[in-house]
Amino acid sequence: MLAVKTNKPFNPSEEIQNQIRGVMDQYPEGKSKSALLPVLHIVQNENAGWLSVEAMDKVAELMNLRPIEVYEVATFYSMYNLKPVGKFLLEVCHTGPCAIMKGEWLIDYLKRKLKISIGETTSDGLFTLKTVECLGACGYAPMMQIGEYYYEHLNSEEKVDKLLEDFRMKGFNRN
Amino acid sequence: MAKKILLEHIDKPGIKSYEVYRQQGGYNSVEKALREMKPADIVEEVKKSGLRGRGGAGFPTGMKWSFIDKKSGNLRYLVCNADESEPGTFKDRFLMEFIPHLLIEGMITSSIALESNLGFIYIRGEFRWIKTILENAIAEARAAGWLGHNILGTGYSLELVVHPGAGAYICGEETALLESLEGKRGLPRIKPPFPAVKGLYGNPTVVNNVETIAAVPWIINNGGDAYAKIGIGRSTGTKLISACGNINKPGVYEIELGLQVDEFLNSDEYCGGVLDGKMLKAVVAGGSSVPILPAELFFKTKKGEPRLMSYESLSDGGFESGTMLGSGGFIVYDEDQCIVRNTWNFTRFYHHESCGQCSPCREGTGWMEKVLHNLESGHGKLSDVDLLWDIQKKIDGNTICPLGDAAAWPVASAIRHFREEFEWHVEHPHDAQKRNYGLLKSTKEYFVASAI
Repeated sequence: MLAVKTNKPFNPSEEIQNQIRGVMDQYPEGKSKSALLPVLHIVQNENAGWLSVEAMDKVAELMNLRPIEVYEVATFYSMYNLKPVGKFLLEVCHTGPCAIMKGEWLIDYLKRKLKISIGETTSDGLFTLKTVECLGACGYAPMMQIGEYYYEHLNSEEKVDKLLEDFRMKGFNRN
Repeated sequence: MAKKILLEHIDKPGIKSYEVYRQQGGYNSVEKALREMKPADIVEEVKKSGLRGRGGAGFPTGMKWSFIDKKSGNLRYLVCNADESEPGTFKDRFLMEFIPHLLIEGMITSSIALESNLGFIYIRGEFRWIKTILENAIAEARAAGWLGHNILGTGYSLELVVHPGAGAYICGEETALLESLEGKRGLPRIKPPFPAVKGLYGNPTVVNNVETIAAVPWIINNGGDAYAKIGIGRSTGTKLISACGNINKPGVYEIELGLQVDEFLNSDEYCGGVLDGKMLKAVVAGGSSVPILPAELFFKTKKGEPRLMSYESLSDGGFESGTMLGSGGFIVYDEDQCIVRNTWNFTRFYHHESCGQCSPCREGTGWMEKVLHNLESGHGKLSDVDLLWDIQKKIDGNTICPLGDAAAWPVASAIRHFREEFEWHVEHPHDAQKRNYGLLKSTKEYFVASAI
């Protein structure tokens, strides 16, 4: 996947820079590159949920790495988003154990309900729909991750509607 | 009730907290290991216990520990593999989420055995809230004097770091995990050298699964011999099984190894039988990678003996008629599930997760996914089944890491045991499309009654 340039510099606050230095200090001397994955998580969180080229370049600068070392990692792992996403990223599991327990229904219902396809964002910018491979919640299928937490047993329209409504309210409150 | 080792105290209110965990005898193994034992004694107890790696491979833990190079004087590391991502497996998550101090205690006691002063818990990135739980547990343990500098005044020091992954099944493979922990792409390394000689940062390293490390405190407190008395034969101790799919009571269960599979599936203490009173069609007993078994071969081995939940019994008959205990990811399929669709789904998973280093896996998984998708959507040819068989054979055993094998086995076993279902998809393309949602009855009679 190609990374996206925004021509907007990414300037993390002093607090975030301290947080990044703290993570780097956890690893043995001379091995601070180990912090790359956790640092990319922090930066993605600060950059509206995705990694622009500018954000990755800033990570390279802060961690004293070559930009390519950051790009190659960011493009390998599925949790890093290389293009803008909605306020809430709905990561729905579509692997076997979920699929046989209404997982396919859940994806289908979300598409109809939000009127978007997989990979798209609703016009109000609130929700992006993404399918992901097994999240390790097979016994509590069907499920999805939204931000920090898992939402499980989403086997009826009522449960899904309520969940989306809760997040919609949160989205408005944040504005 | 069966013997509980890992989940003995799981129902105690507040067991997540340090105080309650300590009241139940938590961290006693650290004290014993530091004050009464030499590191070599701890390794010896774990060897005697017969504990085997709980991540899937089942390699004897004590032996793995004894390979670690202590002579060179290089720094040693213990790395906990908490990158739980094998479809069907959600047991490590349960342990870390609900009894986090058990893993921390196991990490400390195991680090003492390996004479390591820095340990890592590599947790899959999606388990964000569990990372916080573990970090809080580490902070509590440190405040109570079990971590940090000069623990219990013995001169031994240890730090633990929780390191998040970022969404890559391949990082569950131990050398890919180490690459990832070094801040790189998760590309498995060629072995040898094994991590015990050249692991993290080129130093001697042991990588163990969460459940394996969590079993160590009990072994140190009660002795390796006591642990070896639990279970059956070379399958000693207890195992966490994460049960899912079409069953009445999905969840995480601790079983004594050697339990009859029939009892595990059908008794109310465990899975509670197949959902909605339907018939059993097939079981994947140890995570998506292990061969799928039709009901008749699942309950009984080819020789007609009742199948047990143990390393040996589940693999009885080899891949012709057996499977593997694997990670303990237990996936149950009822009579309405489509094996072709499930095989396509799993193959898509392996294609997505292939790191791309080895051509047989990189190209083969994608090819199989396309062929299976054609079959499943009613556009297949009869020759496709032989083609699939040929592709999986060319992947199996021909890659750096076991992901290639893991992608080949589900395809091979599905064709071996359910070939007529693949052929049915070719002969009934219209019905095959309708069956995409698993609504029609299966073509074959899979009605195997339970023995209970």
